Amino acid sequence: MDKIIKKLLKRTETYIFLILLLLSVLIQARSGQFYTPNNIVDIMSAMIVPGLFAVGAFLVILSGGIDVSFPALASLTAFATTKMFLDMGYEGSVLLPLLVAVLIGAVLGMINGFFIGYLKLPAMIVTLGTSSVFKGFMQGTLESKQLAVIPAGMKSFGVSSLFTATNTQSGLSSRLPVAFLVLVLVVFVSFLVLKYTMFGRGIYAIGGNEAAAYNAGFRVKWTKFLLYVFAGIIASIAGMIRVCMMQQCHPTNMLGMEMNIIAGVVLGGTVIGGGRGTMTGCVLGTLLIVLVENSMILLGIPVVWKDVFVGLLIVIGTAISAYQVTRSSRRKGNRKQTEEVA
Amino acid sequence: MAEKLKVSWKKDSHIWRLLIIMVVWFVFMGITKGGKFYSVVNFQTMFAQFPEFGLMSLGVMVCMITGGIDLSTVGVANVTAITMALFMRKIGAGSDTLGLHWIVIAFILALLMGAVAGAFNGILVSKCKIPPILATLGSGQLFTGIGIVMTNGSAISDFPKDFAFLINNRVAGIPVQFILFVIAAAVLAFLLKKTTYGKKLTLLGSSHNVALYSGMRVDLLLIKTYLISGICSALGGMIMLANYNSARSDYGSNYTLQCIMIVVLGGVDPDGGRGDIVGVLLAIFLVRALETGINRFPQISSYYISLIWGAVLLLVMVLNYLSSHHIKLFKKK
Repeated sequence: MDKIIKKLLKRTETYIFLILLLLSVLIQARSGQFYTPNNIVDIMSAMIVPGLFAVGAFLVILSGGIDVSFPALASLTAFATTKMFLDMGYEGSVLLPLLVAVLIGAVLGMINGFFIGYLKLPAMIVTLGTSSVFKGFMQGTLESKQLAVIPAGMKSFGVSSLFTATNTQSGLSSRLPVAFLVLVLVVFVSFLVLKYTMFGRGIYAIGGNEAAAYNAGFRVKWTKFLLYVFAGIIASIAGMIRVCMMQQCHPTNMLGMEMNIIAGVVLGGTVIGGGRGTMTGCVLGTLLIVLVENSMILLGIPVVWKDVFVGLLIVIGTAISAYQVTRSSRRKGNRKQTEEVA
Repeated sequence: MAEKLKVSWKKDSHIWRLLIIMVVWFVFMGITKGGKFYSVVNFQTMFAQFPEFGLMSLGVMVCMITGGIDLSTVGVANVTAITMALFMRKIGAGSDTLGLHWIVIAFILALLMGAVAGAFNGILVSKCKIPPILATLGSGQLFTGIGIVMTNGSAISDFPKDFAFLINNRVAGIPVQFILFVIAAAVLAFLLKKTTYGKKLTLLGSSHNVALYSGMRVDLLLIKTYLISGICSALGGMIMLANYNSARSDYGSNYTLQCIMIVVLGGVDPDGGRGDIVGVLLAIFLVRALETGINRFPQISSYYISLIWGAVLLLVMVLNYLSSHHIKLFKKK
């Protein structure tokens, strides 16, 4: 038992979980509204889109790269797909649009993957560039405008719910969209892929040490390429779900999300240089960001303070995890080196 | 002479590439738009517009030479602009004139604010050992947030008009913004080219360990670097304040990525260790010339500009790759 506790205390996830718990108790104490069925469900449904994005960002960061293009990629796919099916007068279910979106997302992901995997260009700069291209293509070539109507199938997918939770005191009720299942599925599949496939182990290996991974026989280029395709697919699914849930397609309101998502992933203990991080941490870190963003009102803090708090959270959270990294790397034998320097 | 040119062609290939792109663009604009593009007014406007993001780009440049990055430039710029707008509103007390001495004081205070914000970034990066991307991402959001809290998210425009009037002025036909930019760029160029600071910066960027073992005070150097970046951003913020004649926390939000793009276009290695202020200055001007040129074609949606930037960035990266990949086929991590 002691061993388990000791092991847990070494992991970032435990601390994030404790912070989450503390925060929720604080909110509960201040407002009495946190542990109500409708609030929990609200937070779960607010988790869907950031959660999906976070999984994609997490995989990319794990490989030692970084992706800032996923909001633009998601916006472009979601808009293009919605517009296409709207023009066709499509009446069927959500599956076909989702499939088309996934295809577009995969193709756009290939662009990232080609530049980063095969040409070995720095991921940050490439995705900056592609993000700009995607945005320009959407707003310039496709002349994106807000679409107030979306195809019926997508709409019914957005409003269909697993169950509805009602707060008996206030009478407010919230529903959990079916889309939550998609998040669960994506998280689960990615978890399995990371843990049990050569591709997943390759992501860890490349993130840890690219040269070593290459020498150990991993197909570095191919793995990276595939990874960005995978990230593109996840982002496009997130974009479609966002459109379905909002009941309208607003092409630009996803842009600018990338920084908070990346922050959430890193808060969850994923090392920005790659190679270390867990799916649990990624989900918890994202939950923390979502919680802070959504619970300001319950805490009685004016909404204008939101950016200050998220900013502080990122600075303090990353400072703690950076401290942990230096401490653990010192323990692992770099001590000699640091002593020499000192 | 020819030999010298050849050496320079090999050594500064990215600068030549930028020059060629620029010449092609200017010839193209000359053929298609002629006098409309090549007018004094057009160039005056261009020179008044680019200092705001140009200064921020210079800040990003020094950070990127060390292998870091500064994503907080826009946040620093906005929070400075907002504070100074509030300050000038207080001093002006409803009147429309402020007097030159107060404007100078406002500028000094702005630079101080930028220095403090930059030093904060530097401490996060050097002492707390947070990766620069994250540290400046977080602090950028923090600064933006402080700006929002100070203004409640709305714009501040009721400060004395003579500040904007003074900055938007022209001295002998040259916009004041441009003069400020040239001064800042000259100081930076001196620091980078003529002092040991510049050499140390490049060394730190090429190898952190070597810098440590050679006995450099790396932490102090990093703090200085981010401090310089903060000062550049603050100055950019003051120019933004004059150009828009108001301050708001979400102005220029696309400048962050644009600055990084410019710096990479200018030939600075994102991994650090290589970079030259001349290239970055060229890139700043090129980006502005591209945008102004495109705006001359009303049939092209202005949204294409972001597409073109992205494409140019990728193109330059690929060209750099092609010209160097036979040297380092496998880049070790």
